Amino acid sequence: MTRALWLALVIAAVAVAVLAYMPSQLGPYPLGLMIGIMSYVVLATAWAMFSGPTRYISLATVAFFGLGAYTVAVLGDYLPYPLVLACAGLVGLVVALIVGVFTLRLAGVYFVVFTFGLTELIRQVVTWYEVNVTRTLGRYIFLDITTEQIYWQLLGLAVITIGIAFWVRRSRIGLALRVIGDDEVVAAHSGINIPATKIALFGVSSMIMALAGAIQSPRWTYIEPSIVFNPTISFLTVIMALLGGANRLWGPLLGAVPLFLLFEWLSAHFPNHYSIILGLLFIAIVFALPNGVLAFGEGLWQRLRRREAHS
Amino acid sequence: MSTSGLKAPMKRRALIGASALTAMALALAPVSAGAQDGERDSIRIGYAVPLTGPNATGAGITTIPNYKLWVHDVNADGGIELSALGKTLPVEVIEYDDRSSTEEAVRAIERLATQDNVDFILPTWGTGPNLATGPTFDRFGYPQLAATAVTDLAGEMANRWDKSFWMLGGGYDYAVALVDLLSEQRDAGTINNKVAVISVADGFGIDLSKAALPAFEAAGFEVVYEQSYPLGTSDFAPIINEVSGLGADTFVAFSYPPGTFALTQQSVVSGFNPKVFYLGVGTAFPVYPNIAGENVEGVMGIGGVDPDSEAIKDYFERHTEVTGNPPDSWASAVTYASLQMLQQAIERVGDVDRDAVAKELSTGTFDTILGEVKLVDNQLRSLWTVGQWQDGQFVGLAHTEREGARDPIIPKPEFKPAE
Amino acid sequence: MLLSALLTGLVLGGTYALIAMGLTLQYGVARIMNLAYGDFMIAAAFGAFVLFTSLGINPLLGMIAVIPAGFALSYAIYGVMLQPLARRAKHSGRLEVDSILATFGLLFVIQGVALVIFGANFVSYSYLAIPINILGTTLAANRVLALVLALALGAGLYYALTHTRWGTAIRAVAVSPQAAPLVGIDVDRVSRFAFALGGALAASGGVVVSMYLTFSATAGVVFTMKALVVVIMGGVGNLLGALAAGLILGIVETLVATYIDTGLTLAATYLIFLAILVFRPSGLFGRRPS
Repeated sequence: MTRALWLALVIAAVAVAVLAYMPSQLGPYPLGLMIGIMSYVVLATAWAMFSGPTRYISLATVAFFGLGAYTVAVLGDYLPYPLVLACAGLVGLVVALIVGVFTLRLAGVYFVVFTFGLTELIRQVVTWYEVNVTRTLGRYIFLDITTEQIYWQLLGLAVITIGIAFWVRRSRIGLALRVIGDDEVVAAHSGINIPATKIALFGVSSMIMALAGAIQSPRWTYIEPSIVFNPTISFLTVIMALLGGANRLWGPLLGAVPLFLLFEWLSAHFPNHYSIILGLLFIAIVFALPNGVLAFGEGLWQRLRRREAHS
Repeated sequence: MSTSGLKAPMKRRALIGASALTAMALALAPVSAGAQDGERDSIRIGYAVPLTGPNATGAGITTIPNYKLWVHDVNADGGIELSALGKTLPVEVIEYDDRSSTEEAVRAIERLATQDNVDFILPTWGTGPNLATGPTFDRFGYPQLAATAVTDLAGEMANRWDKSFWMLGGGYDYAVALVDLLSEQRDAGTINNKVAVISVADGFGIDLSKAALPAFEAAGFEVVYEQSYPLGTSDFAPIINEVSGLGADTFVAFSYPPGTFALTQQSVVSGFNPKVFYLGVGTAFPVYPNIAGENVEGVMGIGGVDPDSEAIKDYFERHTEVTGNPPDSWASAVTYASLQMLQQAIERVGDVDRDAVAKELSTGTFDTILGEVKLVDNQLRSLWTVGQWQDGQFVGLAHTEREGARDPIIPKPEFKPAE
Repeated sequence: MLLSALLTGLVLGGTYALIAMGLTLQYGVARIMNLAYGDFMIAAAFGAFVLFTSLGINPLLGMIAVIPAGFALSYAIYGVMLQPLARRAKHSGRLEVDSILATFGLLFVIQGVALVIFGANFVSYSYLAIPINILGTTLAANRVLALVLALALGAGLYYALTHTRWGTAIRAVAVSPQAAPLVGIDVDRVSRFAFALGGALAASGGVVVSMYLTFSATAGVVFTMKALVVVIMGGVGNLLGALAAGLILGIVETLVATYIDTGLTLAATYLIFLAILVFRPSGLFGRRPS
């Protein structure tokens, strides 16, 4: 057990070191690609941390992502950068906790649409505030942060996120959450504080999303609500996590990486038929890989091993 | 977990890792591996524009058709002459979809600049996306000819990114021109001094209303109604019903499509007939007369073209012939002119030297469909600001540098609802 | 003023109700969270547009062709694409995830085809843009038509659901797809029929909306989301709930625009929606989840 854990840790450390070294070997475009991938790895893993075990499908990813970006835009000129990041995370956490208290009673589809409504509400309120109070919609972020630094920050965030996800899975909270997903009544009778557990996880996962938005925002210089509250981000996060397998630690990562590269490849090679091909692929994936990539891979592996054992 | 149990996931992970790397290599591969330098046989021009997502409509009307038309025109002429190489080379295009996302647009420019090694990059559509991709153009030293960005910060941006060129003015230009034009009409007694202003809660609407409201007040107008409405509003009945009872002769909407169209339809149906009916983006679109029908006559809006220019007339005909649709009467001609400037700058330099081309763009004088053009501080300051539909044409009424070509029709003809 | 605002709001609400009723059937009965719903509407709108502008067939007559086409297409899509997913799913959460993913793909396919055929331009035509005066308020005839159609379809379908054998079967599947087979109901067939009926309603909504709203190939998502909000507010699978929720949303938007601030109309919509969800988690008329 411990030996295996140590080995896993060493492998992980080597992998992170290689990833951290990569910017010096890569040109700007592959680095941009890595940033995009890393961003979705973070978002999908954070999403799955809460939504995987509870089976609550949240479409609010971009709400927190956008809040993070806006925090940087608002505070970037006044506070030192690390403090700005801390504020962004805090904003995400606080909003998530408030929302969490209200969403306790919702389940299933109601939660899905609630989170979508929440995103739109936040976007509308931010827009209204900017229009009527500050009278400028767009904000500029002129921070001296290089692409490499954005990448390293996202890498760090990804490591922390996966670390937290790993810890949650092994801890009592993780068990509690899986029980909620299976049966709330049983969970309630087994003495698990469901509401507190759910809210805590929702808060942590939202905080990570806010940080992801905050870290990436200096890359664009200019932000406005339609840029940072783009609902596509929420949808892609869900799809990637579900595709990889939201109930496994590495599932979201294994959904995010290939899908992201696929989008990139399609938009470059079939710019005019991108939508159609993407749509058909999606439908095909649902039919061919019903339990996500990871489960499919495992199934395949087991079948191969069985065949080996027979021969 | 036992040690033997660990092996399986590790091997599996290695397998998955290997396939991920293969996928990545595939995605990274340049779209066309044209050998350059040694035997250059084309000038490579790349662009990433929104082909899908919410910005696809705007780009599909103004930006993409003009890129296509220009490439068609250049190649039909044999290409661009590069005197340094002693050849005339055709333009080769690399096109990406930025999916209406800023992050995608930034990455696509990184890709065009460093993977595809294109010679020039054409900008994406819209104010926000152009501002957001500015630093990336700058980082790789590519000139950015932003022909669809309206920003009051154009001067500041041009200072910050010295190869960026801002071709469509700022909200201030348009708002002040409108107020000046209306002041004249008020002083002549054509309209009363009451004005109702609405604006879309979007960068464009705010910039314009922020400039227009103080200008109206300063000119002695009484602003009897002032509200913003969210992007995506589909029903304007409450606004029109309220405004129509306030006795304002002038209705100004700094609107965005499709709101621009819905406002027109609602006003017609409600029998709202201000003497001046001014709308924002979309008024100059070729689809607008189809929507307004015969009520199009006299509608005022942002933009406009010179109705007496032969070059513009010819441009409209070629645009319709090559792309299947007429251009819009505001940013389309500016977009095409920006490409003509790029071509002339390249030919004068005689090479694809981006620094020299950028320098030529900011200092040279160019012959375009807009007439003779010279940039001031990297900005096009010679702009049509207020236009009006007259006889099926969206003619310019006010210009920043010359007298308006046409007099406004005020009051506009009454709206006639369908029978 | 108040009366006028209420009437304007009712008419707007009619549009919302009309676009939501099909989705509530698809979602409530067939258990398909159809993210491509709005794109179905856009497809129907394009259909009406082509019939009107190139063949001169007015959209009301055009409906006679477009609605059955919507029914047939949805029927086929359910049979080919969604039925296998429904059969495979062991519990409703599973079907929800699968249907979200599959219809998300469908959304891209429909949008992509529309982009290839019609390009990214705005499309608009005007039909029945006639002012009519009701109680001193001037309203557009085409928008009033949407309200009338919503009320008629809502009432008609409600009657059919409560007074016919088919209706009873549909309601039984909506309440409990597990128990319905026990009383001899073919859940597959009923779901397929309900999904197709929802598609027909989407088509009728698309045709009516195309008379007064400018649309484009990429505008479908807006309708899907509006419809989803109305469906959830009214209670999933509840036709009268969708009708009421649609009307309430319309009235709230108009009142906010008239009396508070036009900039807050959409914020108010979502606030009301969230409030209803918080205080009545299964919608205005929804049953409590068991």
